[in-house]
Amino acid sequence: MLRELWYSDRLRNGVFQAVLLGGLIWLLFWIGGNTVQNLAERGIRTGYEFLQRPARFPISETVLRYSPSDSFFWAYVVGLANTLWLSFLTILFATIGGLALALARLSGHPLLSRLAGIYVTVFRNVPLIVQLLFFYGVATSLFPPVRQALNPLPGLYLSLRGVYAPGLVMGPGSGTVIAVAVLLALVLLIVLRHWAAGQGRLRRWLWGFAIFLPALVLVWLLAGRPIALEAPQLHGLNFRGGLYLSPEFSAIIIGLTLYTTAFTGEIIRGGIEAVGKGQWEGGRALGVSERHIMFRIILPQALRVIVPPMTSQYLSTVKNTTLAVAVGYPELGLVVNTVINQTGQALESILIMLGVFLTISLSVSALMNYFNARIALVER
Amino acid sequence: MPTEKTTFTSLHTGGSMTQVPERQSRLSGFVKTLFGDRLSIALTLISVLIIYAFVPVIDWALIRAHWTVASPAECQSGGACWAFIGAKLRLILFGLYPPEEQWRAVIVIVLIMALVLLTLSPRFWGARLLLVWAAGIAVMLVLMGGGVMGLPPVPTSKWGGLPVTLLLAVLSLGLAFPFSVVLALGRRSAQPVTRGLSVLVIELVRGLPLVGLLFVAAILMPLFLPPDWNIDKLGRTLAALTIFAAAYLAEVIRGGLQGLPYGQTEAAQALGIPYWRTIWHIVLPQAIQKVIPPLTNTAIVMVKNTSLVLIVGVFDMLSAARSAATDPMWPAPSAEAYLFVAMIYFVICYGIAAYSRHIETDLTARSHS
Repeated sequence: MLRELWYSDRLRNGVFQAVLLGGLIWLLFWIGGNTVQNLAERGIRTGYEFLQRPARFPISETVLRYSPSDSFFWAYVVGLANTLWLSFLTILFATIGGLALALARLSGHPLLSRLAGIYVTVFRNVPLIVQLLFFYGVATSLFPPVRQALNPLPGLYLSLRGVYAPGLVMGPGSGTVIAVAVLLALVLLIVLRHWAAGQGRLRRWLWGFAIFLPALVLVWLLAGRPIALEAPQLHGLNFRGGLYLSPEFSAIIIGLTLYTTAFTGEIIRGGIEAVGKGQWEGGRALGVSERHIMFRIILPQALRVIVPPMTSQYLSTVKNTTLAVAVGYPELGLVVNTVINQTGQALESILIMLGVFLTISLSVSALMNYFNARIALVER
Repeated sequence: MPTEKTTFTSLHTGGSMTQVPERQSRLSGFVKTLFGDRLSIALTLISVLIIYAFVPVIDWALIRAHWTVASPAECQSGGACWAFIGAKLRLILFGLYPPEEQWRAVIVIVLIMALVLLTLSPRFWGARLLLVWAAGIAVMLVLMGGGVMGLPPVPTSKWGGLPVTLLLAVLSLGLAFPFSVVLALGRRSAQPVTRGLSVLVIELVRGLPLVGLLFVAAILMPLFLPPDWNIDKLGRTLAALTIFAAAYLAEVIRGGLQGLPYGQTEAAQALGIPYWRTIWHIVLPQAIQKVIPPLTNTAIVMVKNTSLVLIVGVFDMLSAARSAATDPMWPAPSAEAYLFVAMIYFVICYGIAAYSRHIETDLTARSHS
């Protein structure tokens, strides 16, 4: 009887799991007890009521509007918005760049494919934070002062104080112009699709643009030229007008994009290579042009292979934005750091940060799983 | 059909589209691949433009560079200041480690490199190598810390530079490995509690940025532990790196476990071999051999990740370079300092990657012979 019990798999499994669960609960209680004791001993305030208090610290650049009199809660939201903005831009640039990089590596062109190979090797084998600090170092020590700013392309100025580029200026009435443009484009799309259906595709597009562009210019002129491209102009000691990027933002966006591109490029290349050779041969046999085979036949199929690793790459990118702490761009991590220094409420602040990232991670992977299931090969 | 074209697909067609006909001279074939048609010309032009953009970089890094200077002020005139690296080499490589004890840090670096070289050869793989590693790491920690056998003690707050980077990488991977095996087995377990807990730990850690875990280790961990447990910052950072590595390694090992046919464990069960012996002697050796390339990949990721400890103020090689670059005597040579550090990381990571490719072909060749 005892012997039977000793060798019973069910009993063993049950006891093992009970011990595991008991151990976990004990660990949580132990940590909780220690924390309460430590907090009491050090006289640290706890609770989330500090979120309503005014933050009283500046955030150097923000996507959302922020002033030091806003609450700590709003400071977190502003930090999160910066994180998301940074992630969005990086993912956008790195996806386009990755496609270009993959095509360059597969081009078979002796020079270009080798250059792309060197790029991938260099950027993948150096830690991201080293790259960020390097670009920040270049931006803050090698660039000349504002008055002697480097001018590599017309309208683009690189200086110690940051990067100045031409930017769009939207005057009063630009809303009308944009609305009219969108409306016009929609009408043209519908009209041309119905009335000129017999014409070739290229012809239809040419007609569309031939009507659309002059009309747009006319509306723009009638509205008093509200939208303009403004180049930065040197006024005394500083540039005025145009688009200004701080050294912190420039370093982190360039560093993150270059690093991530090396990875997305390899993912896309892997996907393209995974598509069978017969697809190319079939396309050629039918006389489809190389460009069309690539963009109409190969890439849609490669997408199936690309999506899962690309998802995890996008997620790592969001997580990688936290490295902006090292160069001082105020994303969520830096805001959390500042709040801890201001209030001493480390526990709450770090929990908020971890919670935010967990939410992003889990929801993006859920979303991507759904997308992945939709484009997956339907098998009989 | 147009004439020969450089295509997106020379890889698929085995390069036949761009291949040079036998009769043509090599030069004319070369000219043809570079300028044969409109696409090739465009691609050649792009390549040349990219290379041209690097002319000022090379000018800065090599031609106008200062290799040796009598005084830091000479570096003011533009161009890279490599003399700075020479002057600060000790600080970057060894941090604040006492200069008269520096030989100990040098021995630690040599020991790690020797052990890694030993591990590179599959001939030595086995339980004995693990023992050698354990002994080697014990020796290294004693050497770095001192306090015994007449070695003056050096507190971890004085440790720095390359030994800290290497020790963090090796220790985090080494300590994470057993945890990751347990987590991977747990995730594939039939017991719901075991599986649930493993999934929870793995997904929780993988869902968080390493910076977040380092914040927890540096700031929160002292709150979580009893007041009389004094784990220094280096130890806490190592704990965070270990947990992080364990979650990622667990997923790699799970891949290896999934690739293993059920017959292996079923046969072992039929023969009455106990669970842990089945795992240790039959399952793990085969599963790990299958995932050596992703394992080395994770090793590279962890070597790169050790640099993040800078954010919580641990004095690794990167932090040492950063503090070296702030010396007001020199004209802000931070780009040079980071390039130097980047080069060291590159050598380590590229070495691991090249080795991974070599071992992959080696192992496949052997398993097919």
